[in-house]
Amino acid sequence: MKAGRKFILGAALIVGSVAFLIAEGVKQTGVYFLTPTELAAKTAADPTFVENVGFKLGAKVVPGSVHRDRGARRIDFQVSDGVRTYPVTYHGLVPDTFTDASDIEVVVEGRLGGDGVIRATDVLAKCGSRYEAVPKA
Amino acid sequence: MTLLGQFALWAAFLLGLWCVALSFSGRWRGRPELSAAIVRSVYAICGCLLVASMALWKGLIAHDFNMEYVWAYTSRNLPSSYIFSAFWAGQKGSLLFWAVVLSLFASAAQWLTARRFSYLMPYVAGVTSAVITFFVSVMIFAANPFERLGFIPADGRGLNPQLQNVGMVIHPPMLYLGYISITIPFAFAVAALLSRRLDTGWIHAIRKWTLVSWLFLSIGITLGMWWAYVELGWGGYWAWDPVENASFLPWLTMTAFLHSVMIQEKRGMLKRWNFGLIIGTFLLSIFGTFITRSGVIASVHSFTQSNVGYFFLAFLVVAAVLAFTLLYTRWALLQAEVQLESVLSREAAFLFNNLLLVGIAFSVLWGTLFPILSELVRGSKITVGPPFFNRVNVPLGLLLLGLTGIGPLIAWRKASTANLRRQFIAPVASGLVTLGVLLAFGVRDFYAVTAMALAGFVAGTIGQEFYRGIRARRRMHAESTLLAFGRLIGRNRRRYGGYIVHVGILTYFVAFAGMAFKRQREATLKPGDSVEMRSPFGHTYRFTHLGVSQYESLNRIVSAATVEVAKDGKPAGLMVSEKRQHVDSFKRPTFEPSTEVGIRSNLQEDVYIVYAGSVEGTEEAVYRFTINPLVWWVWFGGLILVFGGLVTLWPGGGAIIVGPRRAQSGYEVSLVGAGKD
Repeated sequence: MKAGRKFILGAALIVGSVAFLIAEGVKQTGVYFLTPTELAAKTAADPTFVENVGFKLGAKVVPGSVHRDRGARRIDFQVSDGVRTYPVTYHGLVPDTFTDASDIEVVVEGRLGGDGVIRATDVLAKCGSRYEAVPKA
Repeated sequence: MTLLGQFALWAAFLLGLWCVALSFSGRWRGRPELSAAIVRSVYAICGCLLVASMALWKGLIAHDFNMEYVWAYTSRNLPSSYIFSAFWAGQKGSLLFWAVVLSLFASAAQWLTARRFSYLMPYVAGVTSAVITFFVSVMIFAANPFERLGFIPADGRGLNPQLQNVGMVIHPPMLYLGYISITIPFAFAVAALLSRRLDTGWIHAIRKWTLVSWLFLSIGITLGMWWAYVELGWGGYWAWDPVENASFLPWLTMTAFLHSVMIQEKRGMLKRWNFGLIIGTFLLSIFGTFITRSGVIASVHSFTQSNVGYFFLAFLVVAAVLAFTLLYTRWALLQAEVQLESVLSREAAFLFNNLLLVGIAFSVLWGTLFPILSELVRGSKITVGPPFFNRVNVPLGLLLLGLTGIGPLIAWRKASTANLRRQFIAPVASGLVTLGVLLAFGVRDFYAVTAMALAGFVAGTIGQEFYRGIRARRRMHAESTLLAFGRLIGRNRRRYGGYIVHVGILTYFVAFAGMAFKRQREATLKPGDSVEMRSPFGHTYRFTHLGVSQYESLNRIVSAATVEVAKDGKPAGLMVSEKRQHVDSFKRPTFEPSTEVGIRSNLQEDVYIVYAGSVEGTEEAVYRFTINPLVWWVWFGGLILVFGGLVTLWPGGGAIIVGPRRAQSGYEVSLVGAGKD
């Protein structure tokens, strides 16, 4: 075999494995990113979604719904997009950006339980403008 | 001052337009006075932007809170070093920072480039001025740092506490310097295409520039990891966040470019690829700025959403179309001078290295954009996170690490079996010994063990290169080992500096692999309570919660939790982690509370303590204890890498002297192309 041909073979191998790794990676680790309304639509269309499929939910924390049990490192709150509201329960430490102020955007990763409560495995909080001061109320 | 600043921006804008128009018209050919005028306009733009920067700094230092930017990012009680760095803390200021630094680089490029490349310089001036003009126009039309408020606030809003950190004072400018300096090699590439002078001239002209921007990017990324580690408090230094990815992308393609230009210099191959790479790197650097600024992709780093994003998107598209069209029109002129002779050659190793780097870059880009792509194509947004990036990039990264060890061992053009045997025995043995030691100590994680064994192999390669070089010098010049070592590096800075950089890279790999053995534990402790953790190196740590104290500092109210640490039964001192509530000068809270992590490092592992708050009204504290193995080696690897880069950059020995005359012993080299240097 000529050098050029061998090289193309090697190159094809690399390109192929990159493509394979990406495709497999997306299939194995990709999760839905949903709003509460979309989550409601998904569960209505496909009941097996409950308990079985992991997703990320982007929504706002309902002001006043946050209940912390610091000793048990557990936090319960509700999230909403203005249309649908879901209760969330999370065991673990939430980031500093998760405060009791209004208008906190969060990304909740987890599954929906049969009782309609989202069991979160991770909670990320994002202040609307992270590098700018909290606007004075 | 704002009037002066505004005026300076407009002057820079108009001068920029004039420079661009004159440069791309080509009218300056054969008219030295016009060429000189173009070059002078580059200096003039730089002068204007320096005046604008002084005006902004003046406003910041004078606490001129009537200026919107000063009000938004500083306050009276902000420590003065952060007032200085508030220049680039916000979007508008960092646009000005971009523009002024690029104009300084553009001037330096005009000033420092050797006379023999003067045929390129007016075009280079045109490209750099076009980019500067773009940034200035964004400021003038969308995000003006000199905007005034309709009233005079008594105090500013202050700087985000997470930006109040030494790392954050230097990390953004370093990263920006990297992003910005890529424009210079890009400008030379476009100038070469425009002038149809497509020999290796432009590559020689930018040799130092590519290294400089690669070095700044490396420093910026490493400092960013350090900042995330000490400031964000989640216990790691890299999270595959879109903004982190955005800085990683041009670094990958720049690394590929640094390697592939060597093939073009020595063998006259890969001309089109090199143009493609440098254009791509430039576009990725703009893309990185766009991602950081636009809020298109949800990121914990993202700045406020703003219409500035549209400017960047438009610029990105226009620049991509123009640059690739230009490359296409010169396609036929960029024929390779020779064909690849053997897959067992250094050229081939470099080609595979390039493919892997670009493959990694592609997968990172794909993963970063996947939420957008999947929404466009399938209608539902699907995100991928760290598991995706690790699954894809760990195997590719390990292949790349392997190639780092293989590349320097194979001869150019075509390696013989004898060459291979002679070269590979020691490095392979070094890798196998590393593997054996790791397994004997009971280390059991496939990727981590592979990474460390490969690092052993690469270290063997580099050690052998140094050993043989030193031995040859000792024989030929009767020098002492130390002198031979010094002169070996001094006389071949590019080559041995490169090897030192490789040592830095493999140190990173070992440190990254160490994180596979991270231990973490959360606990709620009453004063006097304690928890025990066993570290991967077999040490036992006992953490005892002593209590929480509260006090006020200059611009913050602090709750500090103190932990007594005992290591293997012996007392090892106290560690403190704080919750801080920043306040303005009227004691009103400004930002959400932030955490100050307690970190204690040694060569083996870091103890990392986060105080996550107290149970209401008591001193019962919630903690997260993390033991992070080998973290110190990330920072150490960064230092080695910077040192290697500086060795390569050091003026004087920069020219490659790898003619047959000076061929290293142990190499079957006959460098046909080397004479061209």
